[in-house]
Amino acid sequence: MTRTIIEKLWDSHVVHEQAGAPTLLFIDLHLVHEVTSPQAFDGLRERGLKVRRPDLTIATTDHSIPTTDRTLPIVDPIAAKQLAQLETNCTEFGIRCLGIHSSKQGIVHVIGPELGLTQPGMTVVCGDSHTATHGAFGALAFGIGTSEVEQVLASQCLLQRKSKSFQVNVEGTLKNGVSAKDIILALISRIGVGGGTGSVFEFTGSAIRALSMEERMTVCNMSIEGGARAGLIAPDDTTFEYLKGRDHAPKGTAWDAAVARWRQLPTDEGATYDRSVTIDADALEPMITYGTNPGMGMAITASLPDPANVSDPMARDSITKALKYMGLEGGKPLLGHSVDVVFIGSCTNSRISDLRTAAGLLKGRKVSPKVRVLVVPGSQEVKRQAIAEGLPEVFREAGCEWREPGCSMCIAMNGDQLSPGQYSVSTSNRNFEGRQGKGGRTFLASPLTAAASAITGVVTDVRTML
Amino acid sequence: MKPFTNFESRMMPLPINDVDTDQIIPARFLKTTSKIGLDKQLFNDWRYDAQGNPNPDFILNQPQVKGAEVLLAGDNFGCGSSREHAPWALTQYGFRAVISTSFADIFKQNSLKNSLLPIVVPADVHAELFQAVTASPNATVKIDLPNQTLTTPSGRTVQFPVDGFSKHCLVEGVDELGFILKQEDAIAAYEATRVDSINALAAVL
Repeated sequence: MTRTIIEKLWDSHVVHEQAGAPTLLFIDLHLVHEVTSPQAFDGLRERGLKVRRPDLTIATTDHSIPTTDRTLPIVDPIAAKQLAQLETNCTEFGIRCLGIHSSKQGIVHVIGPELGLTQPGMTVVCGDSHTATHGAFGALAFGIGTSEVEQVLASQCLLQRKSKSFQVNVEGTLKNGVSAKDIILALISRIGVGGGTGSVFEFTGSAIRALSMEERMTVCNMSIEGGARAGLIAPDDTTFEYLKGRDHAPKGTAWDAAVARWRQLPTDEGATYDRSVTIDADALEPMITYGTNPGMGMAITASLPDPANVSDPMARDSITKALKYMGLEGGKPLLGHSVDVVFIGSCTNSRISDLRTAAGLLKGRKVSPKVRVLVVPGSQEVKRQAIAEGLPEVFREAGCEWREPGCSMCIAMNGDQLSPGQYSVSTSNRNFEGRQGKGGRTFLASPLTAAASAITGVVTDVRTML
Repeated sequence: MKPFTNFESRMMPLPINDVDTDQIIPARFLKTTSKIGLDKQLFNDWRYDAQGNPNPDFILNQPQVKGAEVLLAGDNFGCGSSREHAPWALTQYGFRAVISTSFADIFKQNSLKNSLLPIVVPADVHAELFQAVTASPNATVKIDLPNQTLTTPSGRTVQFPVDGFSKHCLVEGVDELGFILKQEDAIAAYEATRVDSINALAAVL
């Protein structure tokens, strides 16, 4: 019988099935961070339970961590307590914690792949909805709540119901100035933020095959913004080349055996999906969001939707409400709209290739004096590599802030935030009301679009600068 | 968990699609290490003005919805992050059920683990409920989980879907972890067969 990679991953992780209950699924890698875990560790203590598999669990600090000088004390006492609590919990339960002073610290979805912990064929979970990032390696990776974090800590298993399979076939070649971020923003604007609910995306097609691992992570990362629990890409030589030699990747003959197994993972010819959409990569333009969810996106040259043209009353209200919050007028273009802040970072776009891309455009140029530009590397490792390549100097000379690794202004928990009414062009993943600071207004876009808009001070089509 | 019992309640209408978890409880309140006190931050940025005073235009602050245990929401409620703080905030405030035409996956699972019942109804029932609550804020719905029925203010009884396992856990007031831990033999047997593995504790080069 032919199977998709989604079915293969499911089948190989079934621990127990019984009538009247969901399937018990084994979890190969559990990533833990400071925000969604404290109440789970409390639960373990209350029940007198241990962490079953500390060898399959790793923790880091990213969400509430400051991105300022790490030798300074943490100003926010509540954040400081939360960060300290994670270290305490990890020590008590025997989990390795790559905490605030670790040379491997970083955004959880950046360090998993970087350390070679994320591998094809795995199930990966984390108390964070962007866990889908790890699907780029051909893993079934999804976000979970704190009750489930506790369940995985205690049992290394989760009760799961099978999702539907949803093929996103991206064929063709991306034009200059168009990137992986634009693929996923285009998909979400097409199917909507609830379009993938109940599904797992498999991204296929020539345009996906041509992407680097870091670009694939950008695509899978935002699967949740299309409502899908997970998104994945079958492993291939690009995957194996990225993984080989990384800290936790198999070595020697174990590597060869692993690659042989991983080559069996891709979807069988003739296997069918519950749903499919096709995206023409040649026709894609740089994308940008204009509203208050990631589905409210459009080609950067397009005009804003006019609520008067929307027939469904609740959908019309949504757009009207979004445009009001954003201070925008339906029917007008977004190009040329003033920008106050540019954020280059987040688990979507903070890897070394993202920083190289942004630096490539910024080199020898200055950012607009009225724009604050934050560049936040995804991890200490990304930061080290950027330093080795001289990227911080490029950013600083252009007038950007070069900061310490963390989630930063993607979620604005750590003091990196917009002021009410400010506009940002952000390489992050969510433009919800207040996401980057109460009253802040977010335009989501690629690192190229963000860098171009930083230079001009207005929403800019990067293709005019290439 | 307390067993989920049948109840009758007024509804708080929130006719907005795609309400995300950042609206239910903004991220800056997630620095807590506790589950307690989140009700005060429920819908914080819609609920309070810049000075921290209750915004009288927001439905939650209006007297007619005081004590409502049912939230009547737009399509795709709870999209966005995996924060379980969202159902914690809703239940601590006093909500016991949310009615919508659909829910985001993670929010739905988190709710079921916290005695917050996500009720999916067809579009016509959804519209009827909004009409009823607009006509009279005192309109009530009856929720019967064992029979999986919702009785609208007009007396119409409609079935709603809940998977059998979640229903069992809610009605009996038991949580999933106990069930999982009883599968120890199966877990140990599975672990013995695993091939691909990492050791996150290992010292690396």
